[in-house]
Amino acid sequence: MRVAVVTFPGSNGDYDALCAVRDGLGVHAELVWHTTTDLSDYDAVILPGGFSYGDYLRAGAIARFAPVMDAVRAAAAVGKPVLGICNGFQILTEAGLLPGALLRNVNRAFVCDWVWVRVETSRTPWTSTIPEGTVLRLPIAHGEGRYYADPATLAALERDRCVVFRYVDALGNVTEAANPNGSLGNIAGVCNAAGTVVGLMPHPERAYDALLGSASGLLILAAGLNVASARPVVVSGLEAGQ
Amino acid sequence: MQWRADVAVMLKPGVNDPQGLAVRDGLHRLGYAHVQDVRVGRYIQLWLEADSETEATAQVEAMCQQLLANPVIEQFWFSLTAQPVPAPNGTPRSGGA
Repeated sequence: MRVAVVTFPGSNGDYDALCAVRDGLGVHAELVWHTTTDLSDYDAVILPGGFSYGDYLRAGAIARFAPVMDAVRAAAAVGKPVLGICNGFQILTEAGLLPGALLRNVNRAFVCDWVWVRVETSRTPWTSTIPEGTVLRLPIAHGEGRYYADPATLAALERDRCVVFRYVDALGNVTEAANPNGSLGNIAGVCNAAGTVVGLMPHPERAYDALLGSASGLLILAAGLNVASARPVVVSGLEAGQ
Repeated sequence: MQWRADVAVMLKPGVNDPQGLAVRDGLHRLGYAHVQDVRVGRYIQLWLEADSETEATAQVEAMCQQLLANPVIEQFWFSLTAQPVPAPNGTPRSGGA
């Protein structure tokens, strides 16, 4: 199995994602430059965090036109697991592969912190092996992470179980205090209708080893790559919330 | 014909604008207590070639829908003025790198 981690000019989470997949899971991963036009040799695609193209105009607005994005669309169209992390999530919304948009944090601050997120559905590849209701400890680092969608879209997301992650307190309760950026419905991550394309603001790739403060990000990566692979990807000895 | 488009992009009404709130608070601190609300947007100028104002309007409208604004969160307005493309400020016409 081969995993593509796309590097845009201004990406800074690409090596983190590469290390998490390679070292955390022992799965073959490669950095793929944004000018790549074919991802058919890869079984899963990760769009990493960072500030692609300097976040000019809007975060993700220019990255959406990178040559690689047609290949990402093609991968999504055939149902390969696609994961957008932070800036990768912003790019997927700008590209129309995910609904909604990410706005400037309501508290006007760049927030760099640890948060708890609750897995709302196991129907996506990236949460397929994580029981619904599981609370994960993940880091965030963003200035524009406030999830927004108009009321009709938001209602459709809830109805169609497209809300994948929600900011919660340590006990798994959705509270205003647990919401780091003012996201509507405490939404931290969503998926497309098919569930194969997932975007989230927290960084699972920066929580792949207890040494980093948490290893629960590995559960998300392992789940997605498990679906992408013919061979099971196992996270040994890891409890959710570690 | 060459046209200048002046495009304003703003968050839609009802979408919380923390940048505007910060500016409003700054104005209040300066003593402008009567300022009720502030919203901050983006102003873009571009020059284009089009045979008519109708064609230029259609083009700029499409540009706004596809890139200059994100219709999920933003709205936009623009005006068109017949104007040739200005020479770049202080840029030599030739001999550059």
